[in-house]
Amino acid sequence: MTDVVITGLGATTPLGGDVPTTWENALAGRSGVRTFDNDWAEKYDIPVNFAGQLVVQPSEVLTRPETKRMDPSAQMAIVAAREAWADAGSPDVDSDRLGAAVSSGIGGVWTLLNGWDTMKEKGAKRVLPMTVPMLMPNSPVAYVSLEFGARAGAHAPVSACASGAEAIAAGFEMIQSGRADIVIAGGTEAAIHPLPISAFAAMAALSKRNDDPASASRPYDTSRDGFVLGEGSGIVVLESAEHAAARGAKVYGRLLGLGMTADANHIAAPEPNGAGQTRAMELGLERAGLTAADIAHVNAHATSTPVGDMIEARGIRGVLGSHADQVLLSATKSMTGHLLGGAGALESVFTLLALHNRVAPPTINVTDPDPELEVDLVRDTPRDLPAEGQLAAINNSFGFGGHNVALVFGTA
Amino acid sequence: MADKNEILAGLAEIVAEETGLDAAEVTLEKSFTDDLDIDSLSMMTIVTLAEEKFDVRIPDEEVKNLTTVGDAVSFIEGAQN
Repeated sequence: MTDVVITGLGATTPLGGDVPTTWENALAGRSGVRTFDNDWAEKYDIPVNFAGQLVVQPSEVLTRPETKRMDPSAQMAIVAAREAWADAGSPDVDSDRLGAAVSSGIGGVWTLLNGWDTMKEKGAKRVLPMTVPMLMPNSPVAYVSLEFGARAGAHAPVSACASGAEAIAAGFEMIQSGRADIVIAGGTEAAIHPLPISAFAAMAALSKRNDDPASASRPYDTSRDGFVLGEGSGIVVLESAEHAAARGAKVYGRLLGLGMTADANHIAAPEPNGAGQTRAMELGLERAGLTAADIAHVNAHATSTPVGDMIEARGIRGVLGSHADQVLLSATKSMTGHLLGGAGALESVFTLLALHNRVAPPTINVTDPDPELEVDLVRDTPRDLPAEGQLAAINNSFGFGGHNVALVFGTA
Repeated sequence: MADKNEILAGLAEIVAEETGLDAAEVTLEKSFTDDLDIDSLSMMTIVTLAEEKFDVRIPDEEVKNLTTVGDAVSFIEGAQN
């Protein structure tokens, strides 16, 4: 089997406009969640007035025509992809051997709803011709393919909040099956719009901690009351180990294996006993050729919902057994909020940096850990991973619809 | 009602926003496709925005006749009446 390594990282997030800033702020335990600078809460009577919002707007780094032709979800993906590609050393690769796999959970929701507003106010003649190419959920990956000339294939698997992880899985399969030498892979989401916020709030899925937004995302804390919406993108450059070695590329880590399952249980709720999630982690370990004892770190899906966090935590304990006592667990959504389709990709960036730097990022806002939590949670400040030897880590992502993805990464 | 110079200035502004070209490059003799490198989708965007800006209707079947910026300015000028 072809070994797959990661040679470039990119991101634009509520913690920073690039990977170094995002990582620095994550290690410092800072929150990227803040109150909206708008009147949505009053105007629409929305019960939530905060989110994890980008620090650097894409319009600050892209040209005016680029921002006009791309939905914000694609703009964020392009910003992150440019950083990842440059970080990988802008590799010289045959276009037919370069792939792209970038997903969004929701797609071009701003474009869709702005277009509908225009149509209602001004009629069909005023609807812009770029509306469809901008709103389609494959738009971000299509723009990435265009930008870098990726002709091996461009894919956008959609599985709600597991989309970004599933895109990385798709990239892994492209390389392992021999379709590509390099794949630009990740996820993106730009859904901080009054409608998705209202809709998530209608499900009682969002935290309503309006008076203290920075502490609202609190995975595993007994007072957690829902997730905090976030926005942004994470992108990784996946490359066959052989191709990377031939060009002397720097390597952050390896994607050793992955497990993907579906609950087939409920359209939005996770299966109560977490069987599908557990099976995804087990399949990931098996494909990676590892056992529980090899895992040093887990970047959990952990969105800060009352039910979901502990289903996953019990699953992690179940898969890792007593070894879970020695595994450092991080829930980085406590700082970024939940990037939906961008989450699995950004958290893959965090997982790779944790392995590369041998340090697990903190989970903030946990003042009173759930008494049922039986994994070693990294709280408030980062903690060192073992300084010597090969390390492996799991990054979990789960999505509405019962999608479960566990990515297993290893040190270089 | 906008005169020819005002129409050119307004159209140049739309083209500049859409393409990233300097508005000063958008002159009457320039061809949308050959000189300004505008594809059919961008052209339809420019038409849609120009219709709104100048409060005129540019039928889809007319767009193919608008080869140069001057053609578009003349059409918009006539359509205002």
